[in-house]
Amino acid sequence: MSKCYINGTGCISAQRTFDTVFLEAAEVNNQENVLTIKDPVYKNYISPGAIRRMGKGVKAGIVASSQAMQEAGLENVDAIITGTGMGCMEDSEKFLKAIIDNNESFLTPTSFIQSTHNTVGAQIALGLKCTGYNFTYVQNAVSFESSLLDASLQFASDEIENVLVGGIDETVEYTMSLFKLAGYIKTESEKPYQIFPAKSKGVVYGEGATFFLLENKITSSTYAELAGVEIINKLPIEEAEQKLNQFLAENNCRISDLDAVVLGYNGDIDDEIYFKNLAENCLKNITQLYYKHLSGAYHTASAFGLWIGAKIIHTQEIPAIVRANAIAKDQYNTILLYNHHKGRDHSFTLLKRCQSTT
Amino acid sequence: MNQGVAITGMGIISAIGNTVEENFTALTNNKVGISTIDNIVTIHSDSIKVGEIKKTNEALVAELGLPADNNFSRTAMLGAIAAKQAVKNAGITDINEYKTGLISSTSVGGMDMTERYYYEYFKNSSILKYVESHDGGDSSQKIADTLGITGIVSTISTACSSAANAIMLGARLIKAGKLDRVIVGGTDALAKFTINGFKTLMILSDTDNTPFDNERKGLNLGEAAAYLVLESDEVVRKEGKKVLAYVSGYGNANDAYHQTASSENGDGAFLAMQKAMKVAGLGVDDIDYINAHGTATPNNDLSEGRAIIRMFGNKAPDFSSTKPFTGHTLAAAAAIEAVYSVLSLQNNVIFPNLNFKTPMSEFDLLPQTSLKHKPIQHVLSNSFGFGGNCSTLIFSKSE
Repeated sequence: MSKCYINGTGCISAQRTFDTVFLEAAEVNNQENVLTIKDPVYKNYISPGAIRRMGKGVKAGIVASSQAMQEAGLENVDAIITGTGMGCMEDSEKFLKAIIDNNESFLTPTSFIQSTHNTVGAQIALGLKCTGYNFTYVQNAVSFESSLLDASLQFASDEIENVLVGGIDETVEYTMSLFKLAGYIKTESEKPYQIFPAKSKGVVYGEGATFFLLENKITSSTYAELAGVEIINKLPIEEAEQKLNQFLAENNCRISDLDAVVLGYNGDIDDEIYFKNLAENCLKNITQLYYKHLSGAYHTASAFGLWIGAKIIHTQEIPAIVRANAIAKDQYNTILLYNHHKGRDHSFTLLKRCQSTT
Repeated sequence: MNQGVAITGMGIISAIGNTVEENFTALTNNKVGISTIDNIVTIHSDSIKVGEIKKTNEALVAELGLPADNNFSRTAMLGAIAAKQAVKNAGITDINEYKTGLISSTSVGGMDMTERYYYEYFKNSSILKYVESHDGGDSSQKIADTLGITGIVSTISTACSSAANAIMLGARLIKAGKLDRVIVGGTDALAKFTINGFKTLMILSDTDNTPFDNERKGLNLGEAAAYLVLESDEVVRKEGKKVLAYVSGYGNANDAYHQTASSENGDGAFLAMQKAMKVAGLGVDDIDYINAHGTATPNNDLSEGRAIIRMFGNKAPDFSSTKPFTGHTLAAAAAIEAVYSVLSLQNNVIFPNLNFKTPMSEFDLLPQTSLKHKPIQHVLSNSFGFGGNCSTLIFSKSE
């Protein structure tokens, strides 16, 4: 029955996060309604030939996972578990467009081959020659948390000693135009876009690849203990507080033990009701943070949220840019994350500081 | 051996039948489901054969009693039909009486609607409802809503091994006590996307697929959905449930060889089988039947065959691929083959590997080509997918 510790992270996002300590280079971009990733120097990690072939998410996933492993000082892993809401959209769209535009003729297989949702996990395994357990979850806003849940089960049953867990999603032009058409993304006329508090329906979309190296032991690189994770498909707003208390109780914790909560505020006025319901009531005396104004909203943005939580416990600093209220604490030892999308796919994730790293 | 996790219900819809009983009748009477394609307009219709469910989307909407403004993809509808059957078969009347989850799987998700309406979205606002049905997770939301499941719901997408991994996760959730009951399986509808994808890879057969035959030309794509109900021993005891069989072993490994091709010696497949045997606590002599992945592509059957030889030596158990009946149903394949594995255990029968004529030149493995009755205690089922994903499940008799 092993515990599970975050011993390495790698984050490619719409902010400069791949070569920074934390969010010191972060800036709010309120001029664009689709935020795209700041590319790291891919050639430091991937051969030039491969860079040309690979989709954005695959490249970013490889770099983020390499960083997480490097931080933890590991060269291979027992398992690779990824989550992606939309999968490899670049290649899917390329292949689908070719089918439709050319009436099913003159097609080449490359983009089809790279279109499956498990491509990122597969390419990481291929690069590492890692023959271990390899799963990919595609459950909208809990794609990443499903991966965390899977990993935590395997630590609890001592099936693995370490695992790479990541959340990856990429934006692609035509699908973004469909999302705008369907009203999922804020309209140009609303510029400058405001995420919190929300003023309208729709989100500022985003993309990113965030990986964590989880291990069954505390090391010199340990950020925090991943103390609990729960996914809930449907949660009526009036039951949210009770469910939260139950989740905390199952992890030997109460609301009064929380030093900060990281909330998935995404700029959508309807989605915000769920967050506010907790933030203005049972969590009102707790330090509140948000992050989707930095990362953009996408199905696995919550992995970026977890990166923020882990960094706060590690650095014991809260960057002003992520604060949603003014409450401050001397120490940040226990952090809760809560996220959902359109009232579905709710998740609670709990991080605890490890005593030996303090 | 380790008993494993109880299977108390199952449901299926495939090209060979709309119920478990119809599938069993087809499997035992050589009634195949491979035909020319009716429901999708494609330029390849004369050059491919598919395992198609001969029901239109309108018929599926009517069967599920969905409102006119529904936004179910075909994948979601097939899944909902099979999952409802499974729950009914398990005798469940109150789905939330126990902590119940859904672990589904799909590879195409709502691609069938996306490819149909891709450019039309900008001209017709009444179809915009399908934009959100594209995601893999949407089909699981709809199945969860159909069944009334509100707790743990997730979806696995690891190409053609997806449903095996859904069953594996479900079994682990029960073992860990996270859930008392979980509906597990997969669903995939035929789509132009996958038809053209496999076509460009030149692994679609223009005739009936012939697994493990030296002259095999490739696969027939199919569509299907199947779900199992897994329940904890405590629920089984308390409710006096009839156990159909047990999920006794499972293993997942990555071939780490190539994005779409399997390694020459089936490294990933071998590892997956080895892990599953270990979890089940079984030896090679204990396996009575292998329901092979056997897609009838040159690469798969050679790699899988070699892995079987590595695992079992010269005394490989009886094995067959049931894909000549159903076609390769991608993410759903391991779920329908899980149903077939349970049927094999329940009826002590091995289903034939149809269309086999010439042994492969590379080894002496011969599939079971006719229906064979013999006592069956343990069935091993393989499923392999793009991205090197290799999964093995072991099903064991309930006595």
